[in-house]
Amino acid sequence: MSMSLGLVADSFLALLILGLAVWTIAVRGTYAAVVGFVAYGLLVALIWVRLAAVDVALTEAALGSGLMGLLLLRAVACLPPDAPAPASGRVGRVALRVVVGVLCAGLTAVLAAVVLQLPEPAPSLAAAAAQALPTTGLGNPVTGVLIAYRAIDTLLEAVVLVLALIGLWSLAADGAWGGRPGALRTREPGAALVLLAQLLPPVGILVGIHLFWTGANHPGGAFQGGAVLAAMWAIVLVAGLAAAPRVDGRRLRLVLVVGPALFFAIGLAGIWWADAFLGYPADWAKPLILVIEAALTLSIAAALGLLLAGPPASEPGPGGQA
Amino acid sequence: MTEFLLGAALFVLGTVALGLIRILRGPNDADRMLAAQLLGTGGVAVLLLLGVASGLGAVGDLALMLALLAAFASVAFVTGVARPQHQPKPVRDPDPLPRGDQA
Amino acid sequence: MSLALSVFTIVCVFLGAVFFLAGTLGLLRFPDTLTRLHALTKADNLGLGLVVLGLLPQVDWPLGALKLIAVWLLALLAGATVGQVLGGAVRPPPVSGAGESTP
Repeated sequence: MSMSLGLVADSFLALLILGLAVWTIAVRGTYAAVVGFVAYGLLVALIWVRLAAVDVALTEAALGSGLMGLLLLRAVACLPPDAPAPASGRVGRVALRVVVGVLCAGLTAVLAAVVLQLPEPAPSLAAAAAQALPTTGLGNPVTGVLIAYRAIDTLLEAVVLVLALIGLWSLAADGAWGGRPGALRTREPGAALVLLAQLLPPVGILVGIHLFWTGANHPGGAFQGGAVLAAMWAIVLVAGLAAAPRVDGRRLRLVLVVGPALFFAIGLAGIWWADAFLGYPADWAKPLILVIEAALTLSIAAALGLLLAGPPASEPGPGGQA
Repeated sequence: MTEFLLGAALFVLGTVALGLIRILRGPNDADRMLAAQLLGTGGVAVLLLLGVASGLGAVGDLALMLALLAAFASVAFVTGVARPQHQPKPVRDPDPLPRGDQA
Repeated sequence: MSLALSVFTIVCVFLGAVFFLAGTLGLLRFPDTLTRLHALTKADNLGLGLVVLGLLPQVDWPLGALKLIAVWLLALLAGATVGQVLGGAVRPPPVSGAGESTP
């Protein structure tokens, strides 16, 4: 009975999400599309919960819907207001759309064919991953995969975040290099927003640390915790309670690289300790993983916050205020 | 009890999904944001119901995170919308972004 | 005792769901953005509050219950802030140049 109720819920969610996705793509107004995207991210998080993948749901809610929504809304604010969507009509555009449409349809067909041709018990490493989990000292298999079995992927992801930030900073004007990012600052935040920015961060920092800490044994981890911390930083910047740091600050850069650097260093040491790059010595696996996760949380929070804050926009003068 | 909580989750999801009609209809973007906001609060309620019904304790953390970030989209929306009105000309000189401030 | 708690849960969650329905109807049927805002921020927080109240006997004390209450308090804060900022953005500015923050 519970099965059928679940099936109704899943079918309903799937239809809802498809409808919202199509509408988000088809709608003309940029703000309307972003609002649709934020709602879409919430529904995707619900779907991940229905699939019992709470780790992914947490990431989707924090990054996909929360921070991406913030980023897209700020991006829309930078677009000229009276050009909601690129004007169509030229033949080249129509041809381009047809080509893109055909390619997307082809990709969808190939993916559908692959899914349909999967063997009945789909190939899975889940059993092997769960079996080896005790050697890591962790209770959450997702964290086991991210930090132990496939640590190289996570290391590269952490590095990519720093590279993305360098890419963003390189958009700064020459005169602004070394200054403070200003994309999140608002002129008149208003009393309600300031109150929110004062009340929310203490709770949010606690939740962020909780997500990182609980990630060892339950859904959560460095990316989810870091995203929440970055969001708290962003609200403080939006409300003007603090200025974004100068991008040439030594301490800021140290925070940015400490996660990937420590991860890499411990991975290198693994060559001697555990006979493999990114291997952990048996008795030390869990403390080392926790140290790496803590440093990663800090670096991810800083990188995501700075990605939201935008490229440096003000002269790096001694005052450096605006 | 599990049946009832699942049913309640489905009902709340249905009602807030109905509210998404406001996203389609507008008429202005603030109305659309209201519908997304309702979906956020409703989603938190759905998650709490689902979490208790299915015994997934971690869903509570997800609800906590969603509640924490609930105001962000509206805040970003408002500060983004308010900018062209309150700030007709850019104050900071070396503006890195090509911006259409002809309004 | 357990029966009484179950009845309590069912009544509260049911009432909460009704408030979500009311919020959705308000969002869809009210004539302009400010009244819709009223419907949303009143109803969805009351709806979520009743759902949280109803779920309290079903989770482990004290951690699970505290988490539920924290979710509701955060939703209240978000709802109040969203009401303020969206209301301020929708309302026509009183005097050009004067901030919306002055009461």
